[in-house]
Formats: sequence, structure tokens, C-alpha cells
Amino acid sequence: MENQNKSVLFGLYNDEEVLLSAIEKANDQHLEIMEVFTPFPVHGIDELLGFTESRLHIVGFIFGAIGAAFAFLFMTWVFTSDWPIIFGGKPYFSAPAFIPITFELTVLFASIAMVVTFYAICGLWPGKVNPTLDDRITDDKFCIAFDADAHSKEELNAIKLFFSETLAEEVHTKDI
Amino acid sequence: MSSVVSPIRQPLVTGGKTYHQITEDICSPTERMPGTLWFIAFAASIALLGVFAFSVFWTVYYGIGSWNLNRTIGWSWDITNFVWWVGIGHAGTLISAILLLFRQKWRTGVNRAAEAMTIFAVICAGQYPLLHVGRIWLVFFIFPYPNTRGPLWVNFNSPLLWDVFAISTYLTVSLLFWYTGLVPDFATIRDRAKGIRKRIYNGLSFGWTGSAKHWQRWEALSLILAGLSTPLVLSVHTIVSFDFATSVIPGWHTTIFPPYFVAGAVFSGFAMVQTLMIITRKVLKLEDYITLEHMESMNKVILVTGTIVGVAYLTELFIAWYSGYVYEQFAFYNRVLGPFYWSYIGMMTCNVLSPQIFWWKKMRRNVFVTFVMSLFVNVGMWFERFVIIATTLARDYIPSSWSYYTPTWVEIGLFVGTIGLFFTLFLLFTRVAPVVAIAEVKSILKSSGDQYSHGSQGAENEKEAVN
Repeated sequence: MENQNKSVLFGLYNDEEVLLSAIEKANDQHLEIMEVFTPFPVHGIDELLGFTESRLHIVGFIFGAIGAAFAFLFMTWVFTSDWPIIFGGKPYFSAPAFIPITFELTVLFASIAMVVTFYAICGLWPGKVNPTLDDRITDDKFCIAFDADAHSKEELNAIKLFFSETLAEEVHTKDI
Repeated sequence: MSSVVSPIRQPLVTGGKTYHQITEDICSPTERMPGTLWFIAFAASIALLGVFAFSVFWTVYYGIGSWNLNRTIGWSWDITNFVWWVGIGHAGTLISAILLLFRQKWRTGVNRAAEAMTIFAVICAGQYPLLHVGRIWLVFFIFPYPNTRGPLWVNFNSPLLWDVFAISTYLTVSLLFWYTGLVPDFATIRDRAKGIRKRIYNGLSFGWTGSAKHWQRWEALSLILAGLSTPLVLSVHTIVSFDFATSVIPGWHTTIFPPYFVAGAVFSGFAMVQTLMIITRKVLKLEDYITLEHMESMNKVILVTGTIVGVAYLTELFIAWYSGYVYEQFAFYNRVLGPFYWSYIGMMTCNVLSPQIFWWKKMRRNVFVTFVMSLFVNVGMWFERFVIIATTLARDYIPSSWSYYTPTWVEIGLFVGTIGLFFTLFLLFTRVAPVVAIAEVKSILKSSGDQYSHGSQGAENEKEAVN
């Protein structure tokens, strides 16, 4: 990730509902939130942070279609032109018999492609070390982080005031 | 998160847990030395795994002749065990995928362990076809790869090849689904660990941070994978049933097989989940997460699917009689009253009659009854596969070829051995990974935790608070 040697000002909250109202307030005050970290998926956070809907399903559809076409066309090619064999008196192009494998490969292609895409766009892979702000974020703390370098001293004070107003339990600055 | 929940819903997380306590309760088994009970169970599993290794060695060294298959009965214990294990491997994906789509919150307590069980059961199932091909070193011939023999392709019209694709796709997709769910929970363990454990769990967690955008994508991914796995799980046992249904053997050549096999798979899978969960919740002290409520829900599924299977058995008998086709009639006469009548009785008693006990709520919520029943169902489903496979083959068209089947010690060793393989993998899993999905349980705590206005008492408290 590109955020090397960055100074981060962050507040930790104890509850996801407090977190949600804090984000709402930050939006009202036009504070530019860098990132929000939570121990589990919090519903309603996407709209508040202005996230657009994930497009992973498009990846799934495209690769599923590729898998289906590949499987069906490959079997058709094998049995009609590459090595035609009659099985049980059925025609060479016995489409219904191709359906189970076509279905399985559709699911296989779509699933693998989506999972690989997911880890790739999230910047996650085995052995990757991402800096963490606080070890309790994966346990029971909800974190709102601001980029401290991008803000002036007054703005940082405003953010600290925002944290105390929104009942943040702890406020820290950390270089990551 | 304060979603509207009916006050008559039972809580799914008991003990008034906080988020931190959930982390503590579920992570701690991976952080301390396992108890004596675990070591005893592990030693027993390893011993059975040794039996498996020896039986595999014997089979590969001396060939399939070391089994008792004969010209009449070409499939017996091997394929029975294969179908039995694949069936067991259906509950995990059913719980995690179908129940996710139906928004059943009780799945969060059991989905992780059930998915692990699925993967291990499919691994066990895979051993049998691999060994049954005889020359296991040539097993890659089942894949259609460009070869120097023509290239000579595999028969894409054969249900046995469909099985290869179905089982390998199912294993792959289940693994991906399971591991993607595990990643955030590995991060939780990582952030509690020190030294080498922290490094290992960081590797396993792929550097997960808990960023809101990642969670959004993670949820989208889980939902689509669930959508894809739902038809997949139904297709797998359907295709397994095609192995039989597309043949022209009386008693196999029936259109009822796909739904009947899928119901049976769900039935046996849930039974195995019950067996494992009842032990796991006790040993790892997870009674607050895998509650009686969870067991009752699963018992309802067992009752429904067991009854569906029972209806299928009776339908088969009726249709055999109604068809007026003597070979079909004989096949079923032979199943009920033939030389393997004892396995038909075992199947009927364990699968159809005994689950009826779950009409009583008291029984559904009784841990001991549930445990005994789960073993009954597993035995019954083994008998079902044996009835379908061996009984049918034992009496074919020519009475002079009629035969009877008794397994050799190698086959018994393989069967007992895969149970060892299964439990070895499962016991290791309980040591290294969180057996309950931590993040998912936390996400339902506010709507299903017992301290948040639950039951009639909770509703009253809330009313008072409002007043």
C-alpha cells in the first residue's frame, strides 16, 4: 500500500452505533475521513462513507460466462470434430449430456475469479504485512482514522474536538 | 444494527457476551495447550489414520483384488463409503450458503465448523474413487488434458466424469468460501498473538486490516459465493445420483434419485454436524455460541429431510409395484426381503422411524437424545447406500451369477481409516482456527444476544424502558 510513513490520527469507539453517528457527524462537519476499521461488517456504514456498490459480481458474471462457453464449446469441439465417438447410439453433438460439466465449470471459473479479484483489489495476499493502528480493532474497537499529514494544526484540533464530542474512548496519533 | 426482531425468537448468543468476550471465548482454545481429552481423541484418530495408511498401502501394492469385489458385485463398500462421505459433506455448504441466502441467523454459530467438516468429508470421499481406479499412479487420466495418445479425450457423456468435475469443483469452491470467511478471524488471532504465532497468523490472514471497504467487498463476495454454492451443492449429489440413475440397472434407473439423494445428503450431513458440534461445544466450552436453539433448528432439518427420505423409500416401493415391470418389482422385493434384508431394516429404522422422535420439542432440545440420534442417522445413511448399491447388484438378471458380499479386512480398514482421517483433520482444525465464525457472531450479537431484549421477559423490560 502507498501509505508508508504516514501520520494517522485515529479515534477508537466501543460500539458500532456510536461509530455510525460519529461518521454522520463527521460528514456534517465535512471532515475528510481517511478510513474506518471495524471488527465485523457494520451495516449502514457503506452509505455514510459514500461507497459505491461492489462490482465483484460483474467479475463473477464475466468469468462464469467464460467458463460456460469454454466448457460447452470445448466438449462440442472434441465430440464433433476432434475425435467423434458414438456413445450409446446418441448423436455426436449430445448437448444435454454437456450440461452438468458446463454448469460445474461456470461455478468454478466464477468463484475462483471473484476470490482472486477480491484479494487483489483489497491488497491482501499470503505474507502481506499491512500496518495496523491498534490490535483491538479486530477484537472490539471501532476506529475512524484521519490522515494527519494532510491537515493543518487547527484542523487537527477540530478533529480532536470532534472525537471528544462523539464520545470516542481513545484518541491516538500513530506513524505507519 | 438495531434491527426489528420478534420477541418470540430465542437468543442465539447466551451469557450476556460483549464483543471482547466473544473474541476471548472463541480464540482461547487455539492459544492454550489442549486438554487430556483432546490428546486422547487425537491419539485414537492418529491410530485410525495409521490403519488407513496401511490399508491404502495394501490396496495399492496388491491391487483391488485385495477387496472382495466380484464379477456380480462390482461396486460395494468402496462406492457406499464414497457416497456416504460426499453426503456428509453437504451440510456445511448448505448451512453457510442456503441459510445465508435465507438470512437464517442461527447459521453463524455452526457454519465455520460445518464448512470445515464438509471439506474434510469430501477429502475422505475422494479417497475411494481414487483407490478404486486401481492404478492410482495413472489417475490423472481422468482429466481431459492434451496428451500424446491422439489426443484421446475422456468421455464427457459419462456421469462418472461429471462426478470428477462436480466433486473437484465442490471441494475447490467450499475451500475458497471457508477460507475467505476465516481470513478476518485469523486476523483477530494474529492481533492477540506474539512472536512466531503472530507471523504465522499474519500469513494466514493475508494482512487483513478490517477496513470498511474490505468488509463491504467481503460481504458482497460471501453473498455471491453463497448464490453460486447453492445450486452447486444441489448439483453435486444430483450428479452422484446420476452415477446410478443413468445406468440401466432395475432399482437404479429411476428419476426419483436426484431429489432423494440430495435430501439424504442434507439429512446425513446435519447428523454429522450434530455429532461434531455436541462434542465440540462441550470440550471447547462453547455452549453460549452453539446453543440448544441451534441444535433444535438442526433437528428440525433432520426431521424434515428424514421424512422426505422416508417418503422416497415408500414411493420407490409403490412405483415398482405400480409399474408392472417384473425386474423392477423383483429389485425392490429383493431389497426388502432378499439376503440383505437386515440392511433394509437398519435403513428404515435409523432413517425414517427414529427421527420421528423430533416431533417432540423436548426431544429436539435434549443433548443426549440428539447425540444418539445423530449417530443413528449416520449409521442409517450408510445402510441406505449399501442397500442401493450392493443389494441391487447382488441379484442381477442371471440367477447363476447371483452373489453375496462380505468385505475383506482391507475394506473395513479403509472405511475405519477414513473416519480416522476425518477426525484427525477436524481435531487439528479445532486447535489452529476459530471453530465459530467470530466476526459473524459479533455481527448478530445486537439482534440475537440474550442481553438485548429477548424472550418475553426481554420484551417486557424493553416496554418498561420505553415507558
